[in-house]
Amino acid sequence: MNRQTESEDGRVVNESGIEIKTVYAAEDVESSGGLDMLGNPGEYPFTRGIHPEMYRKRPWTMRQYTGFSNPQETNKRFKYLIANGQTGLNVAFDLPSQIGIDSDDPLAFGEVGRVGMAVDSLRDFEIAFDGIELDKITVSLTVNGSAAIVIAMYLAMAKKRGYDIKTLRGTAQNDILKEFIGRGTWVFPVEPSIKLVADTIEYCAYHAPKYSPVSVCGYHIRESGANPVQEMAYAFCIAKAYIDVALARGLDIDEFASRLSFNFNIFGNIFEQVAKFRAGRALWAKIVQEDYGAKNPRSMGLRMIAGGGGSGLTKEQPELNIVRGAYYALISALSGAQTMALCCYDEAYTIPTEYAQRISLRTMQLLIEEMGLCDTVDPLAGSYYVETLTNQMREEMEKIMAEVDAQGGIVQSISQGAVQAQVSAQAYERQMKIEAGEVRKVGVNCHQIDEEDKDVAFHPYSEVDAKEQAERLNQLRDRRNTDAVQQSLNKIVDDAKVGQNIMPAIMDAVQAYATIGEITQKLAGVYGRYKEPIRF
Amino acid sequence: MRASPVRVLIAKPGLDGHDQGAKIVVRALMDAGFEVIYTGLRQTPEMVVQIAGDEDVDVIGLSSMAGSHLEFCRRLKELLEQNSLTDKLWIIGGNIPADHNSELAAIGLDGVFPVGSQLVDIINFINEKLK
Repeated sequence: MNRQTESEDGRVVNESGIEIKTVYAAEDVESSGGLDMLGNPGEYPFTRGIHPEMYRKRPWTMRQYTGFSNPQETNKRFKYLIANGQTGLNVAFDLPSQIGIDSDDPLAFGEVGRVGMAVDSLRDFEIAFDGIELDKITVSLTVNGSAAIVIAMYLAMAKKRGYDIKTLRGTAQNDILKEFIGRGTWVFPVEPSIKLVADTIEYCAYHAPKYSPVSVCGYHIRESGANPVQEMAYAFCIAKAYIDVALARGLDIDEFASRLSFNFNIFGNIFEQVAKFRAGRALWAKIVQEDYGAKNPRSMGLRMIAGGGGSGLTKEQPELNIVRGAYYALISALSGAQTMALCCYDEAYTIPTEYAQRISLRTMQLLIEEMGLCDTVDPLAGSYYVETLTNQMREEMEKIMAEVDAQGGIVQSISQGAVQAQVSAQAYERQMKIEAGEVRKVGVNCHQIDEEDKDVAFHPYSEVDAKEQAERLNQLRDRRNTDAVQQSLNKIVDDAKVGQNIMPAIMDAVQAYATIGEITQKLAGVYGRYKEPIRF
Repeated sequence: MRASPVRVLIAKPGLDGHDQGAKIVVRALMDAGFEVIYTGLRQTPEMVVQIAGDEDVDVIGLSSMAGSHLEFCRRLKELLEQNSLTDKLWIIGGNIPADHNSELAAIGLDGVFPVGSQLVDIINFINEKLK
């Protein structure tokens, strides 16, 4: 019996609210809608995966979230992970960089390089990616509020290194709408924030067509309290909001939809997660084809990074997080993810050590090398249970999306704080159930042990590194061409005022070594700053 | 017994955007009958002191997940002293390593509720201290 999902009346209901039967048979599949939406791998509606051969051709990309202190230190960790077989990079930035303030800003005090790598200018990107071959290792930039600037810095750095950005691959998270729901690294008000996302989509469609400018994150909405079907439904609503503004720019859906990607969370019930992803792929394909009239099947394929599982991990008995991570990776592989990243066992407390990151990487490699996860495509297809659940969850997702639309759409809902209030109320309910022992967490409310107060060491915060970062920034300010910087910043203000695509001006500014703080301040002067709606 | 409900300020110090825990605590305290003022994200020590004074709260609660709590609390202590607000019950929760407890106590924190604490413990602690 799955203790996690047993309700008071003896019924078993999963987290998405779907009742689970004791036994499934062919008639359950039939009565839930049959196999009409199954199709073949690599074909519409992609329930079974977006490529015909999936991992048989190429295993998932392994992309652990990494970054701390300064670009020098982070560069070393990148190289360590690549040397250990990691196939992609996923950059963690510190909070000042994520919200567009420089390392010497008083607001950055105590935060420089703490939860990620500090970045002020293009110079920091040159250092961070020194010696890393950008045509062999794809880089994902986990940044949202300041994403337009950080994408520009990445592209400018690649250009300077001689890469043709027309063929450069990579991803930016750049999903600001979810930042208003969870994670909180917003900068500008909702409307100009969406405009900036549209600017990056448009700019990349013309100048960097292989680059993925947005990775829509159900992940953090789930972390904030959403259940698995809400995670997918809200993410799709947000993705549609970005598509709508991109279309309003005159882009054709097939010019950019294939470069949109997604980031989803894995923790909880194994089969519910697998069904969630299979259902999500079919629903997304249907939306892109039917609602937007896409012709190119590549536009309809839901590409995703899936893993993480932050909220599933516990501070109690932290070594159990290694086991949890292994199950999450298994789920991700059974679900046909393109990319995988796992939270490390010590990540419930701190920035992971090299050792912890190697364990996460090896966990994924074990699945590839020893467990046969790459042998065949969509191995759970045809299971009465999984197919029934896939149908039911797809239907639930559609219902939630229709509800959001009926209530005025996702942008309005986020602006007013309604989604935020909804998911935080659910997070509270879940916490109460954990405290009451109704939702079981091993080590937390069952199977506890008397643990000594063994604290996993906090990643040491280096005041010295933070100071050096600020000093380097000051040296840069002395050395660069001040007139060129000033002119480029003025151009940003001019373009922002008339509502022009801001990316060309930002590209010029970062190439003149204008800083993330300087550019953000200019933009905020025109756009204003976000004020959080407080609603319970 | 107090006649008026206890007033609690829950603040998110610094740049950390992880507010799920803070919001859970806000709801739990409201359900327990406290009057709760939630600041939202990105509070500076100056802002916290200002609100604590203006709202005449009994409790100042900080929620920190991203590790900069010691720097923040040291600065907040100075400001609380300058503004004669050291009589407030001062608590912190979140991702707080156990070996910071003694320093936090020395700064003037009355209670620390690390990840894994029960909501009822926070409620009982406040009731106990303010009865």
